[in-house]
Amino acid sequence: MAVLVLADHDLGTLSPATARVVNAIAGLGAVDVLVLGEGVDQVVTQAAALNGIAKVIVAQDVGFNSQSAEALVPVLVGLASCYSHIVTSAGTVGRDVFPRLAAKLDIQPITDVVAVRGANRFDRPIYAGNAIETVTSNQVRQVLTIRASAFKPVASGGSASVEPLTHGTVTQVAQLVAAHRTQSDVPDLATAQIVVGGGIAVGSSEGFTLIEQLARRLNAAVGATRAAVDAGYAPNDWQVGQTGKIIAPDLYIAIGISGALQHLAGIQGAKKIVAINTDAEAPLVKLADVALIGDLFTTIPALIAELDRVGVTL
Amino acid sequence: MKILVAVKRVVDHNVRIRVRPDGTGVETTGVRMSMNPFCKHAVEAAVQLAEAGQADEIVVVSIGPKAANDVILTALAMGAHRGILIETDAALETLTIAKLLAKVVAEEAPDLVLLGKQAVDDDSNHVGQMLAGLTDLPQATFASEIKLEGGTLSVTREVDYGRATIAIPLPAIVTADLRLNTPRNAALPMVMKARQKPLAVRSAAEFGVDLTPRLVVEKVSPPPERVAGRTVGSVSELAGAIAAEISGMEAL
Ligand SMILES: Cc1cc2nc3c(=O)[nH]c(=O)nc-3n(C[C@H](O)[C@H](O)[C@H](O)COP(=O)(O)OP(=O)(O)OC[C@H]3O[C@@H](n4cnc5c(N)ncnc54)[C@H](O)[C@@H]3O)c2cc1C
Ligand SMILES: Nc1ncnc2c1ncn2[C@@H]1O[C@H](COP(=O)(O)O)[C@@H](O)[C@H]1O
Repeated sequence: MAVLVLADHDLGTLSPATARVVNAIAGLGAVDVLVLGEGVDQVVTQAAALNGIAKVIVAQDVGFNSQSAEALVPVLVGLASCYSHIVTSAGTVGRDVFPRLAAKLDIQPITDVVAVRGANRFDRPIYAGNAIETVTSNQVRQVLTIRASAFKPVASGGSASVEPLTHGTVTQVAQLVAAHRTQSDVPDLATAQIVVGGGIAVGSSEGFTLIEQLARRLNAAVGATRAAVDAGYAPNDWQVGQTGKIIAPDLYIAIGISGALQHLAGIQGAKKIVAINTDAEAPLVKLADVALIGDLFTTIPALIAELDRVGVTL
Repeated sequence: MKILVAVKRVVDHNVRIRVRPDGTGVETTGVRMSMNPFCKHAVEAAVQLAEAGQADEIVVVSIGPKAANDVILTALAMGAHRGILIETDAALETLTIAKLLAKVVAEEAPDLVLLGKQAVDDDSNHVGQMLAGLTDLPQATFASEIKLEGGTLSVTREVDYGRATIAIPLPAIVTADLRLNTPRNAALPMVMKARQKPLAVRSAAEFGVDLTPRLVVEKVSPPPERVAGRTVGSVSELAGAIAAEISGMEAL
């Protein structure tokens, strides 16, 4: 049987997570990608270009644009019987929608999958990533969310066919009152190759701009600790950790961050970790591949100047 | 208005857990247990609604072993009125927990159900959404602000792109994120008073829910260890290390 992937998108563009989800489940069956939303032509085009897709299924309806669980679940339930696996990325839409979907299908979902070991065998982290559970499921179908950062993306260049889906009236229970989108020109945090993270030690919103300056210099995404977000120095969607975003960049530069286990939960997939901290005993300094003991307020400007001098570019 | 709050007893979030060497699970014997942090925020939100005169009864429910009494008492000390312990020594899956909670919702008919967004042991982030599915109620997950105006609940949710505020009709299911509020520490007189509040103990078996797990946990392993690193003595050395790292990256 085939695999249904719910595309993750912001109505404008396809999230980079979807190409990783497709790669994660490639091999489990023919892959159909479902795009829900009104005015999502570009998302459809991008999804159809993903390599290894059988077809893209599209249901255009303004009712889907809230991406609410009440609106999305009935469509997924309607399609479920044709698929052995129903899959999406473990972003906020997937986390919100898929457990509700699973309950409707009377399926125990498996979420935040970090390794696919077979059609019904998966690894998922528990206890803030301090343990990995390998589970097998003998259910008729699997409802999964994939931790996108644990997988590489499939390439684009294909041209899968696009099929419209007829659907009933969309359930509209939740009304969107306001959306605050963090405006920023830095790369997507969840899939970035380099991330610069800042902690409470920056001391203020102005202090946090030092972190952003270094990130911009390296074309990196910006991350933050819960403490920095709680203090109002950084927006909530920059939080990295057990309750924030999970990242797996090639390089993570952690500045003024102690390394609480809830923060470490979000960075376990990082290939190389660099730490800048005044405290040589901080857990993150101990964990780092490269550490500099020093004050961030003098170190960051000096580091940016030095990077300019040697001419580093990604 | 009546509020139902679901609270879970978990390994305390400050404990550094250890995976059993035989791979059968995480060592929990002799480990400090406490209320799941997210559930504390859910209880606090309920108590604040009651203090604002917007709720008149708060019922807390926990599913777990006899010892889960502790977390119910904590919630009662924070200001909840009545507790229900659904007793079981089995490790239940989130679907089963949601089914048991759906039975409680059917019995209690609350106007609002508050849960934590995730339990810090299994890190599932399922139960609220599943309960909403089973009861066909609207859901608002990852809440960082809750306001009740008339019969409408306005909830600000923390999402991947920032924040979204939605309005949903009651009854509804809401899951709490950490920035929702600052949970209180109950003062000693409240802790004493909590012991006088009603607490019903019922067996999980009496709800007519199939408790058999759907998944087989084959093994539990520790995450891969990281290799030890080095400390550099100067900013220029650090810049060199970063430059070397970047030049070795394959372009995406
Ligand atoms: C249920 C739960 C979930 C949580 N989820 C998350 C999560 O998802 N993400 C997360 O990050 N946290 C999370 N936390 C919070 C976490 O436990 C820590 O409190 C938090 O990560 C600490 O942030 P911090 O490193 O910025 O602050 P601190 O721990 O206070 O560390 C600050 C560091 O800065 C260093 N420093 C100070 N001054 C300077 C200077 N001038 N230059 C350089 N270094 C300096 C200090 O030596 C110290 O190491 C969670 C907590 C709980 C209970
Ligand atoms: N055993 C339980 N008893 C009561 N509530 C629970 C239990 N397990 C989960 N919950 C509730 O569901 C929330 C999310 O848990 P989870 O889906 O397991 O991550 C928790 O914060 C609790 O509010």
